[in-house]
Amino acid sequence: MIIKTIFSGFGGQGVLMMGISLAHSAMNKGYHVTYLPAYGAEMRGGIANCTVAVADEEIASPVASEPDYLIAMNAPSLFTFQNKITSGGTIFLNSSIVKDRPNRPDVKVCTVPCVDIAQDLGNPRVANIIMMGVFIKKSGIVPDDIYLKSLETIMGSKKKGVAEINRKAFAAGFDYLKD
Amino acid sequence: MNKVLMSGNNIIGEAAIRAGCRFYAGYPITPQNELTEYMAEHMRNAEDGVFIQSESEIAAINMVAGASAAGARVMTSSSSPGISLKQEGISSMAACELPGIIVNIMRGGPGLGNIRPSQGDYFQATRGGGHGDYRTIVFAPATCQELADLTMDAFDLADKYRTPVMILADGMMGQMMEPVIFKKPKKRIYSDDFILKGAGNGKSKFIRGLLLDVIDEEEHNWKLARKYSVITKNEIRREEHQIEDAQLVIVAYGTAARIAKGAIKRLRENGMKVGLFRPITLWPFPELQLRALAANVKNFLVFEMSTGQMLDDVRLSLQGYAHIDFHGRPGGAVPTPAELANVVARLYEKVD
Repeated sequence: MIIKTIFSGFGGQGVLMMGISLAHSAMNKGYHVTYLPAYGAEMRGGIANCTVAVADEEIASPVASEPDYLIAMNAPSLFTFQNKITSGGTIFLNSSIVKDRPNRPDVKVCTVPCVDIAQDLGNPRVANIIMMGVFIKKSGIVPDDIYLKSLETIMGSKKKGVAEINRKAFAAGFDYLKD
Repeated sequence: MNKVLMSGNNIIGEAAIRAGCRFYAGYPITPQNELTEYMAEHMRNAEDGVFIQSESEIAAINMVAGASAAGARVMTSSSSPGISLKQEGISSMAACELPGIIVNIMRGGPGLGNIRPSQGDYFQATRGGGHGDYRTIVFAPATCQELADLTMDAFDLADKYRTPVMILADGMMGQMMEPVIFKKPKKRIYSDDFILKGAGNGKSKFIRGLLLDVIDEEEHNWKLARKYSVITKNEIRREEHQIEDAQLVIVAYGTAARIAKGAIKRLRENGMKVGLFRPITLWPFPELQLRALAANVKNFLVFEMSTGQMLDDVRLSLQGYAHIDFHGRPGGAVPTPAELANVVARLYEKVD
């Protein structure tokens, strides 16, 4: 089994952090993982993306020819990557700000108004964690408890209350999909 | 020992400190900044650790040479244009027989190029790079685990042969995160005879790269050459992947080799018997090991993220023994395994 996922969005949306949290939790689950960020002269508001590969065998290439999942947090991400997704793959769309839909009939689409949900929770910055809740449930790559533990490790000893709101946000995303 | 998820640049730093590196000087350049940053943060916690952000790359390599002469385990790092600036210093370290690690996280070139992963510095790394008759051992890791292991080994080899060792990776290796387990470093073996620390009442010793007497300089060159032939005999490393039944073998190193492995998986799923030969030491190049493969395999494809530099070494190994093709993506373009698989599939059709 090898699963490749591209996380993409504006810089500042926490796109790279989504990738790291998936990679970290998959590592803790015992899988082989690679995390490859797009790096460079990026800025807040520019495009950021990363590719995470999770496998039960050695991962040859961290580059994805045909990723299984795309998490598109903004419209340019959808346009850039929708044609790369493997047939039968799934695109997770931040439908709060992306009004367009994929032009491919052979991929599944999962729309999540994660910014709106985040605003309801009182903190628009956790939109990425809400999306991760949906993604972890739908993809089933790692169990939710392992993911949450990794999330806490990564966020470290930052401000108190961060862990709390993240847990809430994750739960909101996790419960958003009715199976 | 715990498995940790770290980026390649940070892994090099951590492995170096664990291996006993206590002097690091460097100047920032993308895509290796995280290494300099890591050393800035962690060297202060290492006993007697010194971190210097120098005023230039040239200053960094000369500081490193000085600290090495004074007996420290030393490292500097940069990316392509910065490594060019360090060449005079590297040549000087080779001449003075000073151990030290130089990390080159390659980017697109020539000139300032761009900051994307590339393999255009192969010639510079494997042919010495600076002036004069010298070589540096060059490691080309392809996984984050290998980055950790080879960084530690590099310090041991540098001491053993009293020569600079280069770790040649690219932006992708530097930025990528993978789980890694740090092995236990070996104890340092390095004679006091080669360390300048004040003669006291003893005999004075000196380390120099300037030998005005022609016969002295000639003998020094032959001495270095003998050392390099010992290294060539003892230190070659390579990986062979799925070559047992291969009809065609891809020769690639570092990031390119990983892409090749992905391509091979696709090709084998379609019944094409393709293998990989991956030099881990670029100098000394595994020439005889590659030639030995030609007894069974008659078709080779060199794949590099450059316009064809390792290709020369492969030709020296295989010319007259097998057919050699080349596929390159220079300038920071990183092909997908699917792209390479298409290239190989077209060649494979012609294999009888």
